[in-house]
Amino acid sequence: MNTHLRNDAPNHFVTTDQQALADQAYRFFQSEFHHLNAEMDDTDELPASVFPKLGEMGYLGLNVSPEFGGAGLDFTSACVITEELSRASAAIGLSQVAHDNLCVNNIYRNANDELRRKYLPGLCAGKLIGALGLTEPGAGSDALGSMRTTARRDGDDYVLNGTKIYITNGPIADLVLVYAKTSPEKGAKGISAFIVEADTPGFKVAQKLNKMGFRGSPTGELVFDECRVPAKNMVGQPDTGVAVTMSGLDLERAIVCFNAMGIARRALEISIDYAKMRQQFRQPIASFQMVQSMLADMYTEIEVARTLSYRTAAMCEGLEEGAGGRGEIHKLTAAAIFKASAATSFVLDRAMQIHGGSGYMRDTEVNRLYRTGRVLEVGAGTQEVRKLIISGELLKN
Amino acid sequence: MNIHSGASAEDIAAIKANYALNGEQRAIIDHVDRVAREILHPLQEKMDAEEWWPDDLFKKMGELGLLGITAPVELGGSGQDEFTQALVSGILSKWNPAVGLSHGAHDNLCLNNLLRNGSQDQINNYVPGLCNGTLVGALGLTEPGAGSDALGSMATTAVRDGDDYVLNGTKIYITNGPIADIVLVYAKTDKSKGAKGISAFIVETNTHGFKVAQKLDKMGFRGSPTGELVFEDCRVPASNMIGPENTGVSVVMSGLDLERAMVASMCVGMSERALELALEYSQLREQFGKPISKFQMMQSKLAEIYVDVESARAMSHRALAACVSLPKGMGGRGEIHKLTAAACHYAAEAFNRSVTAACHIHGGSGYMQDTEINRLFRANKLLEIGAGTSEVRKIIIAEELLRG
Repeated sequence: MNTHLRNDAPNHFVTTDQQALADQAYRFFQSEFHHLNAEMDDTDELPASVFPKLGEMGYLGLNVSPEFGGAGLDFTSACVITEELSRASAAIGLSQVAHDNLCVNNIYRNANDELRRKYLPGLCAGKLIGALGLTEPGAGSDALGSMRTTARRDGDDYVLNGTKIYITNGPIADLVLVYAKTSPEKGAKGISAFIVEADTPGFKVAQKLNKMGFRGSPTGELVFDECRVPAKNMVGQPDTGVAVTMSGLDLERAIVCFNAMGIARRALEISIDYAKMRQQFRQPIASFQMVQSMLADMYTEIEVARTLSYRTAAMCEGLEEGAGGRGEIHKLTAAAIFKASAATSFVLDRAMQIHGGSGYMRDTEVNRLYRTGRVLEVGAGTQEVRKLIISGELLKN
Repeated sequence: MNIHSGASAEDIAAIKANYALNGEQRAIIDHVDRVAREILHPLQEKMDAEEWWPDDLFKKMGELGLLGITAPVELGGSGQDEFTQALVSGILSKWNPAVGLSHGAHDNLCLNNLLRNGSQDQINNYVPGLCNGTLVGALGLTEPGAGSDALGSMATTAVRDGDDYVLNGTKIYITNGPIADIVLVYAKTDKSKGAKGISAFIVETNTHGFKVAQKLDKMGFRGSPTGELVFEDCRVPASNMIGPENTGVSVVMSGLDLERAMVASMCVGMSERALELALEYSQLREQFGKPISKFQMMQSKLAEIYVDVESARAMSHRALAACVSLPKGMGGRGEIHKLTAAACHYAAEAFNRSVTAACHIHGGSGYMQDTEINRLFRANKLLEIGAGTSEVRKIIIAEELLRG
């Protein structure tokens, strides 16, 4: 018995082509990656074959034009693929989205042609792994205001100093898109974005962090110590990093909804299987109304959150470079990720409950998912930051 | 290697259009929003205080083009689909929940059901009057002993006698019951067949043997008249049966899917109003020397209401879009059954959360019966009960999930 809830739920909101893409992606990810989950969780290592394989199959550079080696897909298609990948392997889904959306798509949207030609083909082929460095030990929710990493102009270079933390792919990245203050006196308006190659002297992975969930997707602390980066590696104009960050964050929130949805859907599928299989009082526990009630609520939360997420993805289609970070799209993306991550936490909690004692064991799939999903209420803006964005827009007169 | 084919610009435009309204819908919605705000909103207070339904209100709604949203233009309707009907229902409920409820019972439960399942003669006979408001419609399913188990426990019977059927039984909690001119009634024509022995009839309320036993006194949605209807040897012409004998169950079930999608839309309209009132009040009300909207605990509630409103709206649109494309007679099973149950289940619970938070933001004033937020708060509980309780909705979803 193996429940694969048909992916027909988003009908009316996804084209048949996108649906076919999802079906094909899920089959591939399930056969290539799903069996890696247990070992990735144990070792917290990402197999070296993953990124090249993703690249080879065309699952990197999803929104990047074929001119630069990308797949040239629309945003919703990228979301669909993220969802299916996360359903098959949450950790690979996270590393893929950090690479592809946070780093690659950001470079594609904001960098000049020279940088795009230099880096995108390698990133799209999976020969280079990308990461994004925004969060710092002292700059979490107040990422821009409290940012302490600086970039000081010196001749044809900028010299970076500072520390970035909780950076997905940090320990394995070949290049990191880093935000740093070029004009500290201007606060959030004095930030610029740079592409830093990981073999640059002065760049160091200070530590690989030991996470509760998403294990196998490597997370690290990065230190920049007089790290000298060519000025031409700046993405966009000096001191315009805030626009890059904020519009990137809207897209990040929109796509991360689908990491959440992939995890939540998988949790529902295995919960249905377990409820049908597990016998107590001489009948499957699925025959008890209290279990049915949990399953029905899980389905409802997932489909509601998915629908809002798809609606949000549609609104992100064709979002201009530099647009976003304010107004309706800012509010909507914050609402979608708030809902998707809250729904996922709810679903994972019920999934654990249905699995009873077995779900409390670390090496079960439901336990992995349970440990994994919680961070979605924290990363890409905490639930509180998301609510501040929403209420800020609602109360704007 | 590139294995993908992405969406074209036309595909993307089509997807985006799914979330937007077309020009005709937009025009209808703007009109309905204006008249609802100007004409229906001011009626709230008296309707609530006195359980009062204005005598001429259905005729007035007919004149304003609010009735027969899904009926053909040549019969006096607007010729729109159920999606638009649900949008109308949502807006009416936003500005006057009681009118929204009565409108929904008339326009969807009775009129649209008749349109989907009635014969051409029946449609020609009743629909024009229902569209101009000279006739008021209702639907009779629930009974004192048949709530969640509406079909299995149904005790009302219809026995064939010559060219007539003779109805006996009691229907309860019937919206518009006390003022209806025609009631679409379900009754058992073959008791031995259980749910498969039910038929639907159009009963004119001036028929001998039909009686409004009582008008009921509700907590919320006051003004929308709700009643208990009694059928005592009530003789109905066989020609008033809807569809073939013993096929009532498919009429009920496909109608219920639509009804749930419709209820979801009402919830969205009312939640939206709760958010507006909460935003307004929180910016006006000052404590500790500043508007309470400046406090994060209030901001958190406002943001959560917004998330619930937008989540419920997206889901209700999706469920409605699925209903509209459904062939006649389908529904009551499968994906659409699960989806509409989930949309309704979510929207009702989201409305409960939203209006509770909005009422809370209003502090002591929200506890006073004669405030708009309090009326919304009292209206709220019905949506988790009517058109199938939350529990029935979850049973439907779980059954579909566990099938196979």
